[in-house]
Amino acid sequence: MIEFFRRFPERFYTAFIQDDRWRYMVEGLGNTLLVTFLSLLIGVALGIVVALIRASWDKNGEQMRPGPGRFFLRLANGICKVYLTVIRGTPVVVQLIIVFFVIFVNQSKLTAGVLTFGINSGAYVAEIIRAGIMSIDPGQNEAGRSLGFGYVSTMRFIILPQAFKNVLPALANEFIVLLKETSVLGFVGYTDLNRASQIIVSRTYYALIPYFAIAIIYLLMVIFFTYLVGKLEKRLRVSDAHAQGGEKKIGLRLTAEPMRGPTAVIVEVDDENR
Amino acid sequence: MRTGEVLIRTEGLEKHFNGGEIRALDGIDTKICSGEVVVVVGPSGSGKSTFLRCLNLLEVPTGGHIFFEGTDITDPQTDINVHRQKMGMVFQHFNLFPHMTILGNMTIAPIKVLKRPKEEAEKQARELLERVGLLERADAYPSQLSGGQKQRIAIVRALCMNPDVMLFDEPTSALDPEMVGEVLDVMKQLARDGMTMVVVTHEMGFAHEVGDRVIFMDEGKIVEENTPDEIFEHPKSERLKGFLAKVL
Repeated sequence: MIEFFRRFPERFYTAFIQDDRWRYMVEGLGNTLLVTFLSLLIGVALGIVVALIRASWDKNGEQMRPGPGRFFLRLANGICKVYLTVIRGTPVVVQLIIVFFVIFVNQSKLTAGVLTFGINSGAYVAEIIRAGIMSIDPGQNEAGRSLGFGYVSTMRFIILPQAFKNVLPALANEFIVLLKETSVLGFVGYTDLNRASQIIVSRTYYALIPYFAIAIIYLLMVIFFTYLVGKLEKRLRVSDAHAQGGEKKIGLRLTAEPMRGPTAVIVEVDDENR
Repeated sequence: MRTGEVLIRTEGLEKHFNGGEIRALDGIDTKICSGEVVVVVGPSGSGKSTFLRCLNLLEVPTGGHIFFEGTDITDPQTDINVHRQKMGMVFQHFNLFPHMTILGNMTIAPIKVLKRPKEEAEKQARELLERVGLLERADAYPSQLSGGQKQRIAIVRALCMNPDVMLFDEPTSALDPEMVGEVLDVMKQLARDGMTMVVVTHEMGFAHEVGDRVIFMDEGKIVEENTPDEIFEHPKSERLKGFLAKVL
């Protein structure tokens, strides 16, 4: 132990300062953040489309009049279901390897990485948004339709704005999960934060400091983003707090823990107990 | 009766669930004339709300026809959105849009559906708010209002579309007793102004006082249909007598 502290400055120097090795870390961190942000954009766009198709079919499919509209919605819903099952049923590392070595051979590593994580994240985002849409009281849809709004306009002006507000913390949580998951990019030779530390270890033959360093960097980033999500949640709760009367509302209870799992739980919330 | 031309006519209207096992509506033939206030009463489960919700196709009937202003709206070729603009609806649970202010709730449909200029829509909304005594709440959010206030807003929100008929689905059933009066007052005012109204309610006093005609429904059928005086003073069928004995 004493030996560790005695040699720490020297090892820190070899790990990061000597030969400007900190540049690997900066490059890795930049790449990690870049892939995370771009993947999230793709994921959210894809997620909204999939969620709309799934929710539309679940809510209206059964009562739709037979015809081409119903056929295409049913087909689209089937495709979305397969997409969700395959993406959520296979490890992201496996998806990554397939995209890199089978589909996108000799392409830009950034493009392939962003596409993999974007498509992967889209599956999770879709289910979050779908839960948000389904959590909105059916009366909202009826009110919109009774005022003369069509299905699409009701979604756009009435349902989606409310659904988004409800699932914003869960979406932010998905971002945190994504940030950590990109650490498998090293598997395919893309210099993310994780791989940057591996490069340094392979040059210096000393593993402890670089690995702990990235652990601390990931942890700090996650703590920071979790803190932001917490603030966001608090703000959303304040805007609902002045409700009067004891009517029951269906709402979403969201967890800010940075973990993969059921992030949005549909619960019945008593306004008075909020 | 203050009756103008026929506004809504139903022909053999049916709503069955589970392939005919449950008959929520079992052949409803009636008409609603313009300027008329029709009150639909009956025990719970009698199909009165289903009937009302079928009138603007929030429930899609499984049989029969509904003619609104001469058009068969049950025809799949009919664009129901166009006709719904002319049929205002007020719900038991208000269904105000919680993410918009009161003014936003009232103007979104006129602006987005009817493409009316924002200023014009807001001007009309403010006038209506003044009439129901809620002008000072124009910039509040629905969660800041009491139940009675919410329902009054829901009524004027529907009125902003300048509908030809207003459908009320148990508008006072979700309210605390002390708030029922303020909502009924707005509805009475509306009836006096000549609005065509179809009202599903448990408020027998309102039915008696404001209704031009009362429809008594039971088990998905119209059992009796007459002026309020006849319905309440001289009920003919046993089922209506039994119902009135329980609620009056």
